[in-house]
Amino acid sequence: MTDDVTITVNGVPRRVPADGTLAAVLLGLGVTAFRRDLGGAPRAPICGMGTCHECRVRVDGIDEVRSCLVSVRDGMQVETAG
Amino acid sequence: MTPSPDVIVVGAGLVGACTALALAEAGAQVTLVEGDFAGSGSTGAAMGHLVVMDDSPAQLALTAHSRRRWLALADGMPADAEQERCGTLWIAASEAELEDAAARVAGYGAAGVRAELLSATELARIEPALRQGLAGALRVPDDSVCYPPSVARECLRRAVAAGATVHEHCTVRAVAPGRVTLANGDVLAAGAIVIAAGVESPALIPGLPIVPRKGHLVITERRPGMVHHQLVELGYLHSAHSFGGASVAFNVQPRRNGQLLIGSSRELVGTEPSINRRLVHAMLTRASAFLPSLGAVRALRTWVGFRPATADKLPLIGAWPAIPGVWIAAGHEGLGITMAPGTADLIVAGLMGNAPPVDPAPFRPDRPMPSLVEAA
Amino acid sequence: MSRSRAMDLVVVGGGPAGLAAAAAAAERGMQVLLIDQGRRLGGQIWRHRQSRELPPEAQQLLDRVRTARVTVASEARVLDATSPRELVVDFRGRVDLQPTEQLILATGAMERFLPFPGWTLPGVCGVGGLQALHKSGLTVAGSRVVLAGSGPLLFPVAAAMARAGAELLLVAEQAPRAALIGFAATVTRDIGKLVDAASYRWAFARTPFRTSSWVIRAEGDDRLREVVVSVRGRERRLRCDWLGAAFGLVPHTDLARLLGCDVIDEAIAVDALQRTSVEGVYAVGECTGVKGDAPGMIEGEIAGRAVTGDLPAARAPKLVHARGAGRHFAAAMARHFAIRPELRGLATPETLLCRCEDVPVGAVDPTWTARQAKLYARVGMGSCQGAVCGEACKVLFGWQNNSARPPLGAPMTGAWSDAIGRSGS
Repeated sequence: MTDDVTITVNGVPRRVPADGTLAAVLLGLGVTAFRRDLGGAPRAPICGMGTCHECRVRVDGIDEVRSCLVSVRDGMQVETAG
Repeated sequence: MTPSPDVIVVGAGLVGACTALALAEAGAQVTLVEGDFAGSGSTGAAMGHLVVMDDSPAQLALTAHSRRRWLALADGMPADAEQERCGTLWIAASEAELEDAAARVAGYGAAGVRAELLSATELARIEPALRQGLAGALRVPDDSVCYPPSVARECLRRAVAAGATVHEHCTVRAVAPGRVTLANGDVLAAGAIVIAAGVESPALIPGLPIVPRKGHLVITERRPGMVHHQLVELGYLHSAHSFGGASVAFNVQPRRNGQLLIGSSRELVGTEPSINRRLVHAMLTRASAFLPSLGAVRALRTWVGFRPATADKLPLIGAWPAIPGVWIAAGHEGLGITMAPGTADLIVAGLMGNAPPVDPAPFRPDRPMPSLVEAA
Repeated sequence: MSRSRAMDLVVVGGGPAGLAAAAAAAERGMQVLLIDQGRRLGGQIWRHRQSRELPPEAQQLLDRVRTARVTVASEARVLDATSPRELVVDFRGRVDLQPTEQLILATGAMERFLPFPGWTLPGVCGVGGLQALHKSGLTVAGSRVVLAGSGPLLFPVAAAMARAGAELLLVAEQAPRAALIGFAATVTRDIGKLVDAASYRWAFARTPFRTSSWVIRAEGDDRLREVVVSVRGRERRLRCDWLGAAFGLVPHTDLARLLGCDVIDEAIAVDALQRTSVEGVYAVGECTGVKGDAPGMIEGEIAGRAVTGDLPAARAPKLVHARGAGRHFAAAMARHFAIRPELRGLATPETLLCRCEDVPVGAVDPTWTARQAKLYARVGMGSCQGAVCGEACKVLFGWQNNSARPPLGAPMTGAWSDAIGRSGS
């Protein structure tokens, strides 16, 4: 049984498993739009390993962070596109 | 046997493409020969700044005329040419630089170019990403930016529509009066030959005083709204004109999608294509000194390009007496994109015997040229 | 500190090959730094959250690495190299120069994504991609999953999905049945592989596995809702939550290309001692040709020994033989799971080709060269710098992706600039 942590996603605090990447956690929370393309269409990760750059979100004020390469941390502030 | 075309243009960078287009539209029978694809040389690496520069009366005249042509072309340009009239801000980092800028406003005005001085406050208001403590800027609102490879491609398309023949992936090996020899041995004959091969021109025309001046560019992730004009430091004019050694200057362009194009650097190292990381560091450091938030923007890619440079900082446009029938349209250093339409007009005027749009004398290819050492 | 402690050897990549290389070199007395982007070592194939998830050979290798006192930098990425002797590394946010005498690249492989209508919908990812997300914490239990791909990777992923409680609707292999039979024939000598395949298949026994089958399109509004697949020539529509669609693996060679290593047929070219064309730089594992974990470990062992100068050990007959078998297996995989022509025709002119720059297939002229596409249509010029669309362009147009320009991985301009500015000081 892993510990849980609290992260804030788009302003909403969420309790999530501590053991996993931010990308997987966001998908588990039902986030569909990690980012939006030039036409406004939602995008989500496809490679899971840092290559496709589709999983980019804002983490603790830093833009374009590849969420599949980031572990969740208590207090993390995350902003996605939807 | 095919009849010899009036003109063969060698090189389909932006200068060659504009020249072929202008000649075709003027009724000449044009063949454009390009060793790779249109825009694959310096044009493909270029920043695409359409700018009036006043380092000399001749430069001012040709860039002002060319820019008028660009503004007239804008409406018909396709979207991927990304032509935007965002204007240039020449940044003054000190009161002395601002006074220098003030003294130039009249010169721009006399050339029909709108220019205004901005105070430090006004500058901070329209470009808040710039650091505090700058003195102001010279704003040239009708300068533009574009994406050169797509512009070259569009000029090629129009040239073909106007009746020109284009051969890409077709290298010219030798130039002689009335003919060019291709790498595969074929010979193309013409009444006139225009050499618009950029840094490769001296390989075709022995003694042509053009040397490659290497530059680096870095492109970033998208930051829409961070920068609104092409931003250039006034000190640019000095670094662009010191010949020996390497130099950097602050020069940043916002692209339509919000990416920032960061320049600029200059070195004379032949055509050695590797990235000089020490120089890139110097260039990025200088850019961050003007745009402090640049450090937090992500860098996607760095590349290198070669500007075809001459010792007196003016291009070679006109007849090359040493080889009858050969004309030169090359050596524009960092102003090839800007000057392409004006260069084309000068070539058309020269070949057709019309009135040139600006005085062609300063651009005579066989003019006395200072040596590179003298020009330092 | 302006730069990190100089090492005898830096190994880039903590998968099976990189771990073996680091262990072998450190056991022979070298100061070794292993750089890995994951939170835990193991690369893609041994991705885990609990050690008990690891197969025994993986646990043994991790033990060797620990016992040999390899310095491990996790959540670290190589951004650039000023030379083969000096890397620019993002150590969990701190960008620094990393001097080293020698270098072993174990940069692994990535999936081959091909464009088809709807492939950019959330819910569509790769086969390995879905596996990676699942192993990183994504719950698939109760979700409807379709896998459409090619090659041996389909089996362990399908098994994992089934064991995790997903409703696995279909596993579609684009290669024809004859290719699978031919492939199986080349590995009959390896009983272990056949047993693995059988046990994987048993794990997803309730799911149809169909050859000559592939995805035609994905449909949905903001998210994937259903897929249309071609199953042996007949179209079927399946409602699903996840589509894993990617067609084999390709070596990850951007750092190698940045260093100037020769890359042939998309793989880093190496000799029998795993040396690349650049002195002092070795390459091991999937990045020299996709071949699986066991052959990757063998190559890592060879390079780890060779780099210390222990050439007799590097040329041990057992290793040489195993290496040959691994390359034989890699060739068989490439041959039997070649991408069939139908997959080139899935995309319409409106289908996006370059996902980062939103370039549709129709914006690209097939008669162009790769460089023309970069310059005219900006294909491969966005965030991923061609990692995804480069392979698609190779399959669709035959273009080779040759250029690798710094920095890698889109670091912050300031951090990268500061680091390269310290070089040579």
